[in-house]
Amino acid sequence: MGEMEELRKEMENLKDQITAARKTFQDSTLQEAAAGVTVVGRVQLKTRKTLRGHLAKIYAMHWGTDSTLCVSASQDGKLIVWDTITTNKVNAIPLKSSWVMTCAYAPSGNLVACGGLDNMCSIYNLKGKDGNVKVMRELAAHTGYLSCCRFLSDTEIITSSGDCTCVLWDIETGTQKTVFAGHQGDAMSLGVSPDFKYFISGACDFTAKLWDIREAECRQTFGGHESDINAIGFFPNGNAVITGSDDATCKLYDLRADQELLTYQDSSIMCGVTSLASSKSGRLLLAGHDDFNVNIWDMLKAERVGVLAGHDNRVSCIGVSSDGMACCTGSWDSFLKIWN
Amino acid sequence: MTSNCNVSNMRRLVEQLKLEASVERIKVSEAAAELQQFCLQNASKDALLVGVPTGSNPFREPRSCAVV
Repeated sequence: MGEMEELRKEMENLKDQITAARKTFQDSTLQEAAAGVTVVGRVQLKTRKTLRGHLAKIYAMHWGTDSTLCVSASQDGKLIVWDTITTNKVNAIPLKSSWVMTCAYAPSGNLVACGGLDNMCSIYNLKGKDGNVKVMRELAAHTGYLSCCRFLSDTEIITSSGDCTCVLWDIETGTQKTVFAGHQGDAMSLGVSPDFKYFISGACDFTAKLWDIREAECRQTFGGHESDINAIGFFPNGNAVITGSDDATCKLYDLRADQELLTYQDSSIMCGVTSLASSKSGRLLLAGHDDFNVNIWDMLKAERVGVLAGHDNRVSCIGVSSDGMACCTGSWDSFLKIWN
Repeated sequence: MTSNCNVSNMRRLVEQLKLEASVERIKVSEAAAELQQFCLQNASKDALLVGVPTGSNPFREPRSCAVV
């Protein structure tokens, strides 16, 4: 009993220490630093393409690194690889389990992955010899739903799960290389750093965590949100993290200052954030909400500078292509739209 | 939120907090300046920010027809 009390006290002391340390480095705010910068003019993006073909809610999408192909996952039980310029379906992959919640495109373009309520991450080879797309590996070990997955390469993938952990897998052997435990709630989303050395996770414990992939440890934890974090991403230079939450706000955390820099909120926005993406320079933050819209924020000034209204149901996923030329939104209305 | 209230878990949490407390930090002013600089330096390459001329937008049909 005595040791528990001591440990609890030590825990509280350390938390206070972290809060105090962060404060000593808070010599300014991003608002002050960006005071001389003019707000971005109104951003009006138009739908350039509508990708039609899914027969049910779209839950996830991910751009290929060539900025032309993308993969989407729907609870109609299909993964579709699209050529976003021609709107042709390059592949339509039937899934064993239709309860899919996430999908990912490997940087090489050779593989795609998906998973969901089956608690597994299934890897598909798009470049098989006979031209048929088949399941290459089924990564099974999570005891909860697969919420997100991202490839590091053709041989490694990171997954986040409703079992509160994130896992680094060896795709060839189908085994877990590292289990990243620490979140006290379902891990909902993950993002990999531009240099592939770190990843971030957002969870239902209202925190975001930065993990060192090779050292296999959590380096930093960021709090402040008042509800589940559903979406997370790196700022393009890898030095900051953006989160989107059920509390209807997005937050920007700087990794080197180890603290929150800004909150993106508006009293008129009352619906949770489902998804987010940064534009290529990081200046624009695009956030998808439950209210069918995507809000576009000036990331430096925390002002809303545009809205993408075009879906007839919740925007469940959003992504900006690597070359920054377009943004893709996916919705429960079964359509994907390409905007610029 | 679930909390596993046994000693070994608490010890692990304490060790984790020690690690997070020891992270090297930089001043917010420096971090903010660098974020701002990155945005401004890369603004011209950001199609969603500055727009794309119709002719070079791969997602738009060209207005004129070329006779091949």
